[in-house]
Amino acid sequence: MADTPLQAASPDAKEAHVPSLFEVLGGLARKAIAGVQDYSILSLRSLTNLAAGPRYMPDAMEQMDIIGVGSLPIVLLTGFFIGAVMVLQTGSQFTRFGQTALTGDVVAIALVRELGPTITGLLVAGRCSSGIASELGSMLVTEQVDAMRAMGTDPSRKLVTPRVLATLLMLPLLTALADFIGLLGGCVVSVFTLRLDAYQFWTRAIDALEFADLMQGLSKPVFFGFILATVGCYKGLSVRGGTQGVGRATTQAVVVSSVLIIAADFFLTKISLFLADKVF
Amino acid sequence: MSSHGTNAAVVSLEAVHIGFEEGEVLRGVSFSVPPRQTLVLLGESGTGKTLTLKLAAGLLRPDSGHVRVLGQTVSEMREEELLEFRRHIGFVFQEGALFDSMSVADNVAYRLREDGLPEEEIEPRVRETLRFVELEHALEMLPSELSGGMRRRVAIARALVNRPPVVLYDSPTAGLDPMTAQTIITLILRLRDVYGVTALLATHRLQDGFALANFRFDPESRRVFPLAAGNGGAAAPGEAAGTRFLVYRDGLVYFSGGPEEIVASRDPYLRRFLV
Repeated sequence: MADTPLQAASPDAKEAHVPSLFEVLGGLARKAIAGVQDYSILSLRSLTNLAAGPRYMPDAMEQMDIIGVGSLPIVLLTGFFIGAVMVLQTGSQFTRFGQTALTGDVVAIALVRELGPTITGLLVAGRCSSGIASELGSMLVTEQVDAMRAMGTDPSRKLVTPRVLATLLMLPLLTALADFIGLLGGCVVSVFTLRLDAYQFWTRAIDALEFADLMQGLSKPVFFGFILATVGCYKGLSVRGGTQGVGRATTQAVVVSSVLIIAADFFLTKISLFLADKVF
Repeated sequence: MSSHGTNAAVVSLEAVHIGFEEGEVLRGVSFSVPPRQTLVLLGESGTGKTLTLKLAAGLLRPDSGHVRVLGQTVSEMREEELLEFRRHIGFVFQEGALFDSMSVADNVAYRLREDGLPEEEIEPRVRETLRFVELEHALEMLPSELSGGMRRRVAIARALVNRPPVVLYDSPTAGLDPMTAQTIITLILRLRDVYGVTALLATHRLQDGFALANFRFDPESRRVFPLAAGNGGAAAPGEAAGTRFLVYRDGLVYFSGGPEEIVASRDPYLRRFLV
């Protein structure tokens, strides 16, 4: 090892450089594109990791408990009131035409196709996307993610895939429960406010639903689950700037996943309607 | 992992450059560490000490230059190969970086479980390793219940549980009171003299380096003895692999040499570390 001669300090006199608007915009665009690229790679790897080991199934089970069972109370409570308020809103309109019997049809279709998946997706995004981002973000800033890598563990396998898998599987189940509880809420309100017969409400609600409605309503949450879990993981694992950065990442995870869920809902609805028309 | 000979460097960096948005941090750093030597990396914060350790563990890739560890070119390996390679490296992070949702025992057992060892084999090894760092009583405690010094000791236990030939310490005494810092340094001494590990130790405290250079741990009597002056720290009785110092300044190696040279130096920048 050759000793390096002692050198005098040579402070580089850097000229102050004021970036032009073009440079600033270029920099922002480059950052945005790099972000989309990183997100896409992480999302893809979260699924391809399942093809070969090691798979962390106990971690996935734990996440299913946290994401699935943990979200159950808020999803059920919200589902009940969404169904109930649907009846209040539509019932008052149907009363004007003396068609209150149609309430069950409307509540069932709106809940199963649209409100159940979207509200559940947004609620779980608010609860779990933020939770995932803050957990992984805290692990990152305290070097736990680096420690994991230093011990030969791939964080995308150990941290990302179990969360994505758990959310993918849990969100359709939560949606199905939210749909059911929503219909129950609708039924209770229509019995007490519209004086409808509960049996009639349920019969109409079930008859109104077709296979395509169920397909639409239960396939959407799979995509929503994928979005909210991958956005949460990506935001958590790309935290910059210590604990403050963790706070920012948490907020961004909820905002981005919520917007993406609603935007994806539009396109998924379009595709579902097309498929319902052509296939089912 | 046996392609390194006795005299070949265990860790070597050749003309390594690495930079971030804020500018280049390492601007052509080269050094090598022979087997069983402890290299103390000195420098003020932000000079790239932690970066050097992360480069050696393959956690970061250099912009240019080569990083070789245990005969493998780490800077050119794919991430999958690196994951396997890192099992031969122990890394002690600055704040410990313990998994805070796991107990001390689970933290230490982590790497063994990853390797798929049966539970009946893991338990005694975890106990033995925690006994080595004198924390056997803390098995079931959570990292949040431990003091700063205890956390570092658990981090050292976690890094050495599968007996890696190379250990990288990132400021193991930073933020600790002098007594606790001494305990950690004694532990590093023991690790060096009992297991003969090759080590890179980043620190801003010169006294940590001097403690490693001037003392040795005798496994027989389980005591720390001062070495004869000029020995430079022995890796094991009769084997003078020693302790060397490397000082960074402005992204370059400013000084490289033994403890006597750094003490004898009149250079004002080096004198700052001696105060």
